[in-house]
Amino acid sequence: MATTAFEPRIVAFFCNWCTYTASDLAGTARLAYEPNAPVIRVMCSGRIDPQFVLKALQEGADGVLIGGCHPGDCHYQEGNYKTLRRFRLLKRVLTQFGVDDARVRLEWISASEGDRVQHTINEMTDQLRKLGPWDARS
Amino acid sequence: MADKPKVAFYWCASCGGCEEAVVDLEEQILKVVDAVDIVLWPVAMDFKRRDIEAMPDQSIAVAFINGGVRMSEQEEWVHMLRRKSQLVVAFGACAHLGGIPGLANLNDRQQVFDTVYQDVPSQDNAARTVPGEHSGVNGHTLDLPRFWDTVKSLDQVIDVDYYLPGCAPPPTLIWGAIEAILTGTLPPKGAVLSPNKACCDDCPRKDSKPDKIELTEIKRPATHIADPELCFLAQGFVCMGPATRSGCGNPCIEGNMPCRGCMGPMDDVFDQGAKFLSAFASILAPKTEAEIDKLLDQIPDPVGTFYRFSLPTSLLRRRHTGATV
Repeated sequence: MATTAFEPRIVAFFCNWCTYTASDLAGTARLAYEPNAPVIRVMCSGRIDPQFVLKALQEGADGVLIGGCHPGDCHYQEGNYKTLRRFRLLKRVLTQFGVDDARVRLEWISASEGDRVQHTINEMTDQLRKLGPWDARS
Repeated sequence: MADKPKVAFYWCASCGGCEEAVVDLEEQILKVVDAVDIVLWPVAMDFKRRDIEAMPDQSIAVAFINGGVRMSEQEEWVHMLRRKSQLVVAFGACAHLGGIPGLANLNDRQQVFDTVYQDVPSQDNAARTVPGEHSGVNGHTLDLPRFWDTVKSLDQVIDVDYYLPGCAPPPTLIWGAIEAILTGTLPPKGAVLSPNKACCDDCPRKDSKPDKIELTEIKRPATHIADPELCFLAQGFVCMGPATRSGCGNPCIEGNMPCRGCMGPMDDVFDQGAKFLSAFASILAPKTEAEIDKLLDQIPDPVGTFYRFSLPTSLLRRRHTGATV
């Protein structure tokens, strides 16, 4: 039987004002990166309910990437600080659930950092390839 | 007598508190007994499994089943009761959400057995005896139910018609459910028989909640005595009210204890713990990773706190090690 190499599926939630714009810039600049992380655009990283992350993992995502504006740069002043606090608390919960640290990641990427979108997605895809698939039914 | 609707009460992985809740109906229980025939109630009456097996399918009007499901015997019982009953009501937090026994889903069977039969200081078990499913005694085989790795809510095992939430369900809700059944005024199937709004909505302290809360300290009932008038969240206590369904009558708040979340989430919430986590993180003051982490260290067991009653029905259901089911 032919074996197919494991390709992780990453769900990326990017904020409209910074990280999503950065991924647009990466495209405009023709920066190639791994196709493993389809992006869901949200108006602010503060919109990302922790339920979204858990739902993605429950439905078979191997990882979740959250992208927001750098601290101090939030279009809505406070949204990304809420994101950071939720993320730090969610990480503790995920550890208790047995979810490996590398599977859920938060990155601050400004609108001008297209190369950072490329680097982050490439790096995370590579890490999850090595880590293997996540199975919420296990 | 033969015309009265038949009612069954059964318990799975539970503590007996739900049985007490029935007795807490006080004089109203006499009205219940007048109106129905109780055909099964292991805590109080002597009926056997064979009595239920002998009944025709659908002959029981309603079965109230409490407790989570964690053993093969409980699975057999609830399947039988489902066959014999027209309505099944998941009674109490454990049947509804998995409940306190569901916290075992952070471990597996082996870990539970190691703790219970080996590691606890009060255990004296030099022979390392643990319950086996099949044991030989004097040439006979003794079979015991299989203990699962994962605790399940009732609706993860059988079809459930209604849910009576709470640890234990408050007598007002129990009586309301019984009246609705007797008078045929039940809501659509699948409903949780309690108002679909947050505990904070009914909280006697809600007027003391400030517009903006910015916590720099997290308190616990074990380490701090709460002010008896002020919003618990404003004081820094983890109070599950914002992510918990109302209808309990606030006995914990009246007793100066923050809400622990036993009534479960409101409709349309997938994951009570995550929903509370989201709300609670938003009222913390720190803005840097180091300060946030220092404050969060004051919550020693986040899953045990936010998912105290709902771990088996949370989105991830249990700890995932890749090895257990």
